[in-house]
Amino acid sequence: MTELLKVQVVKVGIADMNIIKPPYTIRTSGLGSCVGVVIYDEKKEIAGLAHIMLPDSSLAKSGQINVAKFADTAIKELVQILVKEGARMPFLKAKLAGGAQMFQFASEGDLMRIGPRNVDAVRKELSDLRIRVVAEDVGGNSGRTIEFNLNDCLLNIRTVTKGTKNI
Amino acid sequence: MSFIEKINPFQLDILKEIGNIGAGNAATALSAILNRKIDMNVPNVRIVSFDEMMEMAGGAEHVVASVFLRMEGDASGSMFFILSLPVAEYLIRKMTGDETFLIDSAPYTEWALSCLQEFGNILSGSYLSSLSDFTRLNIYPSVPSLSIDMVGATISYGLLELSQVSDTAIVIDTVLEKDQLFADSINGHFFLLPDPEFFDIIFSALGVSPND
Repeated sequence: MTELLKVQVVKVGIADMNIIKPPYTIRTSGLGSCVGVVIYDEKKEIAGLAHIMLPDSSLAKSGQINVAKFADTAIKELVQILVKEGARMPFLKAKLAGGAQMFQFASEGDLMRIGPRNVDAVRKELSDLRIRVVAEDVGGNSGRTIEFNLNDCLLNIRTVTKGTKNI
Repeated sequence: MSFIEKINPFQLDILKEIGNIGAGNAATALSAILNRKIDMNVPNVRIVSFDEMMEMAGGAEHVVASVFLRMEGDASGSMFFILSLPVAEYLIRKMTGDETFLIDSAPYTEWALSCLQEFGNILSGSYLSSLSDFTRLNIYPSVPSLSIDMVGATISYGLLELSQVSDTAIVIDTVLEKDQLFADSINGHFFLLPDPEFFDIIFSALGVSPND
């Protein structure tokens, strides 16, 4: 029992990333249009999670950027950190969740449909790096809280209106 | 250095006054709808990280009813009117006269949502029209949109414009409360999240040099 209680959760904020090894789990809360990407090496028991806000770092209007905020820079950086920590590039897999459309607007600016654009950007970046997406739960109009567990490599997804599930 | 760090205390006071006037008008409107006294706190103007912003509304996972609209015209930004679920329920009951209404779970009835959206519309409309009068700028609200979901999922929309230039936000936060009816201290929040260009426009409209 005490072993179980020792299980610790690493929390990832908005436009943030981190990695875990056992016995930790990793979680991020309140994904709306943002996309949560988990990249992991099952055998080496290492996983990383990025909470991505925007699709492309070319959207940045200031010099110094937070790499965790953009799909293109966040995924590259996360993979680099994982590999440095012992993950093997060809064995990396990814799971993603988020990219919802929380509000319906009559006049749809580009930023208002950011959810689907984030998802597309994440998929493209992963495919450029030849990382296979093994499961995903994207789109819709619900916020999601996700938590990834290295024991079974399942991503737990909780929503307010549609309950919880594992992918 | 990000534009936000250049804001000086005098300019922060002006932003606070904007929150004061705007939310004051909105509180008056709310008080008229409910025919009750509404208390308002002195607005808080805070420079926060995105995560801290979520904490101000109860935490990223906290479920709230939020009415979101864009402020458009000469100066732009995002505006949220955020209610905890018990307060949303209370407002719907008062507005419709149906004292048995419960906001327990989805799917929410359409008229209840429409009712809340109208609340948001009236309150943010009065907030922005007073801001517009005060600055003599042409500022108007977009059609509001409502979501009952996690704070993190909804507020991040208001941060999109800002997130392209900065990792911090200036939040003008005003809390509305109805005299001690709710034990819950989070009653109604107005969040005004100006877009980056907002500040220079507002300050020069008010005759304050941006670089004072």
